Amino acid sequence: MSLSTADVRKVARLARLAMDDTEIEAARSQLSGIFELIEEMQAVNTQGIEPMSHAQELSQRLREDKVTESDQRELFQGIAPQIESGLYLVPQVIE
Amino acid sequence: MTWETVIGLEVHTQLSTCSKIFSGASTAYGAEPNTQADAVSIALPGVLPVLNKGAVERAIRFGLAIGAHIAPRSVFARKNYFYPDLPKGYQISQFDLPVVGMGALKIQVEPLSGNAKPYEKTVRITRAHLEEDAGKSVHGAAQGMTGVDLNRAGTPLLEIVSEPDMCSPAEAVAYAKALHTLVRWIGISDGNMQEGSFRCDVNVSVRRKGEPLGTRREIKNLNSFKFMQQAIDYEVQWQIDTIESGGKIQQATVLFNPDTGETRAMRSKEDAHDYRYFPDPDLLPLAITPEMMVEVRSAMPELPEARRMRYIEQYGLTSYDASALTSSREMADYFDSCVSLAGPANAKLAANWIIGEVSAQLNRDNLDIAQCPVSPQQLHGMLIRIADNTISNSGAKEVFRTLWSEGGDADAIIEAKGLKQVSDSSAIELLVDGILADNADKVAEYRSGKEKLFGFFVGLAMKASKGKANPTQLNEILQKKLAG
Amino acid sequence: MLNSSLKQMAAALRANEISSVELTGLYLERIAAHNPSYNAYITVNPEMSLQQARLADEMLARGQAQPLTGIPIGQKDIFCAKGWRTTCGSKMLADFIAPYDAHVIEQFNAAGAINLGKTNMDEFAMGSSNETSYFGPVKNPWDQTRVPGGSSGGAASAVAARLCAAATGTDTGGSIRQPAALCGITGIKPTYGTVSRYGMIAFASSLDQAGPMARSAEDCALLLNAMTGFDERDSTSLQREKEDYVRDLDLPLKGLRIGLPREFFAEGLSPDVAARVEDALSEYRRLGAVTVDISLPNSKLAVPVYYVLAPAEASSNLSRYDGVRYGYRAPEYADITEMYEKSRSQGFGNEVKRRIMIGTYVLSHGYYDAYYLQAQKIRRLIAQDFAEAFKQCDVIMGPTSPSTAFRLGEKGDDPVQMYLSDIYTIAVNLAGLPGMSIPCGFGDNGMPVGMQIIGDYFSEARMLNAAHQYQLATDWHSRSPV
Repeated sequence: MSLSTADVRKVARLARLAMDDTEIEAARSQLSGIFELIEEMQAVNTQGIEPMSHAQELSQRLREDKVTESDQRELFQGIAPQIESGLYLVPQVIE
Repeated sequence: MTWETVIGLEVHTQLSTCSKIFSGASTAYGAEPNTQADAVSIALPGVLPVLNKGAVERAIRFGLAIGAHIAPRSVFARKNYFYPDLPKGYQISQFDLPVVGMGALKIQVEPLSGNAKPYEKTVRITRAHLEEDAGKSVHGAAQGMTGVDLNRAGTPLLEIVSEPDMCSPAEAVAYAKALHTLVRWIGISDGNMQEGSFRCDVNVSVRRKGEPLGTRREIKNLNSFKFMQQAIDYEVQWQIDTIESGGKIQQATVLFNPDTGETRAMRSKEDAHDYRYFPDPDLLPLAITPEMMVEVRSAMPELPEARRMRYIEQYGLTSYDASALTSSREMADYFDSCVSLAGPANAKLAANWIIGEVSAQLNRDNLDIAQCPVSPQQLHGMLIRIADNTISNSGAKEVFRTLWSEGGDADAIIEAKGLKQVSDSSAIELLVDGILADNADKVAEYRSGKEKLFGFFVGLAMKASKGKANPTQLNEILQKKLAG
Repeated sequence: MLNSSLKQMAAALRANEISSVELTGLYLERIAAHNPSYNAYITVNPEMSLQQARLADEMLARGQAQPLTGIPIGQKDIFCAKGWRTTCGSKMLADFIAPYDAHVIEQFNAAGAINLGKTNMDEFAMGSSNETSYFGPVKNPWDQTRVPGGSSGGAASAVAARLCAAATGTDTGGSIRQPAALCGITGIKPTYGTVSRYGMIAFASSLDQAGPMARSAEDCALLLNAMTGFDERDSTSLQREKEDYVRDLDLPLKGLRIGLPREFFAEGLSPDVAARVEDALSEYRRLGAVTVDISLPNSKLAVPVYYVLAPAEASSNLSRYDGVRYGYRAPEYADITEMYEKSRSQGFGNEVKRRIMIGTYVLSHGYYDAYYLQAQKIRRLIAQDFAEAFKQCDVIMGPTSPSTAFRLGEKGDDPVQMYLSDIYTIAVNLAGLPGMSIPCGFGDNGMPVGMQIIGDYFSEARMLNAAHQYQLATDWHSRSPV
């Protein structure tokens, strides 16, 4: 299977990866090769097979509704790129 | 050409757990920014979600309340998109397999215009699923910057999706109100709309009668019933105008501006529709066991609709009164307490007072029924004195005002203020005889046909009794004596 | 001391023949001298390590020593360790000082082990050669022109070069076993859910599993004792009784049924690797085991299935690296979208970006059923193959990797060729089974060959027993490149 430049651009945009034309083209050719490998799956008849998401057939454990965490803002914001008055700052978001 | 409106609602209600849906951080409202944003809430590398039992129980409670199928196995999925208030770059939600399946809610609709009569309607609820809330963006936190507060990130939400069963703003509002009552009634949410605990997204489309469904636009994040009605009104008219002037409706997400009363399309995200849902590998399927169902079911209160029906059937209340009394569980409990003290025979009287004077005073003082200064015990003391004719209606109003502002008990107030009415017929007769004798000319005029004078005699008699004569008795005696 | 087993080291510490401070200092000196050539560590912090060693010495002095007290361990830089820079091999986290401890780190700390430093790895564990690390490639101690394998290449290189007593790794598609094989050491990836993933930076959540990398099966058993255990903070952590993985090491192998999947001995396998594995199997027969031919018919699909599922999960797991709360933020951007795109483009390396794009694509609208769902269905078929196989045998054996260590840069331009080097290891992760690799000789180029042992769920003790008995009978595991 071969991907188009438009496919690659769309994916890069969805994944928030900036790529110039050269990078898009390089990615397109490599991804096409990988998808050739992936396409081997299509030959398998999987009708009636239940998809497997987890290694074990278990169900979710539930946590008691209790507050166990305390304020660690100072510690956590010590590694933040930009903060002010306890808020994480980002460029203006317009809705 | 007649237009039809088709409306469906998606309501996000915050569940009243004390900790977040996937971590032990507090959900308390109003904390300093990011002081309740724990490692999971800020999505540090390596942290993992663990599901809160309290959130699951609340979802089951809701499902039972709308008669829905509760999925014995449901799955959490990741909804992927980038936004600064979404720390993981995905929201954990439910997609294919929600915890609550199809159910329904009966609503009482009061048409907003004209003389149309109230009516009942059933709105189908497609599904309800558990998910986590996002954080909050604080615009203009610094010059040209947006601030991100993740205290709310991870707060449990139940997203309740209706079928497009509503066809007017009145129906949409009635449904939203009934849902709002229900979630508070069953104790799964505080329903505080100012704090964002109950947020409505409204899907609106219009079509000419008999035509297929039109393209819908979604009005996001309405947090008051008044705005909901205004927003739908505006949106419907806008869509009709657009189509009538030859335009086409584009599917869009719109915001309502309460200042202008208008809706406007959000800056569209071109990839907003590609959320790349897939089952969250960090969470295993949620299994709801029969034991858990039994546990939740046994703690379910009588639901508002059942109680409404009981009030109508058992006490003969009107549908309107029964609805008003079941507008909140506290209100209904207040009424039930009064009735259990004053007896079922006084249920109508209790209903009238609660819906009338009590509610009016609460509104004036901006209180809710749980904060009512007059307890059911106190109100009952007054109600039985009305019922046994000890006090007149005007006397009762005086008693109620005193109970409200000063407290105490009805009998003591009646005594202290001398509000006991005279119900001794011989005393009233004596008094009436005196008045008739003193006003022989007016009696003659009355008897010759000037019946308007009846009020004049009532006034004199009341004055003479210092307002204490039982009005019913006084009327009867006057009628009899004047007739000669 | 450098060639002693962990048991011997622990005995020496208890006997006060050496202190933990001395032992830690010895390794720190070796790292200072040799890490510039191997690049096995991204971060060392002698002060923090020695502080831990002093505490360990106090525990020893009080007679409170546990089996790993005082022993210096290299921690893969995928585990968050409070106060330690934790990079996951990425520029994205080049300055990330972890504010909390992973469960694995907590367990080692509680056992009194020493965190000797953070070992190099492929960026976000995505790679099979350690060439994708932002901090430069790791060298194979047996030949510095060759790769150590990946993604736990730093750990494998450090263990082989005696730059630590033992190390931790993580394995999503072979990242413990393949570098163990390529560096001539022993490593085990236990059953999925046995070691908590809390604090282990996620690559593909449903496949990631941590495990020990050491010089022998016996050492691995001791380490596994410390690493495993239920953790309520990981929903996929298994609630099981704590197990002693040392208990069965000395059992005889008589009657052990070894399954040989014919698909693992087919085309693509280097003849020298095949020959060494055959030699090892002969040794097992001598030890009383019997071999049975089995088939894992769907295992050939493991690579394509893996390259759908792992990138899909990774594309989502790596969305949190957006430059908002921690990690790399691009220096210049015009708006929020550009901030995301530039931070992520500059912060992630090519292989990571490639996998994010594969994952984004396979999950995107219209492709989900054809790729993701189909892959999950074949995943079940692969797991069922193993279930069938374990009706006929106790363990499965075969090569860990189709060839010995290749040269640095040799597969650089061809991701598909690189992906195929995990052809024998990936199916194990998809099924969630335990797998290990033990050294079984050397290839034609003098590089180590690893033999893979695959067990049924929770059969780690049995696998370690099989490996230990082989290591008692052979000395491949004690060969040293230094």
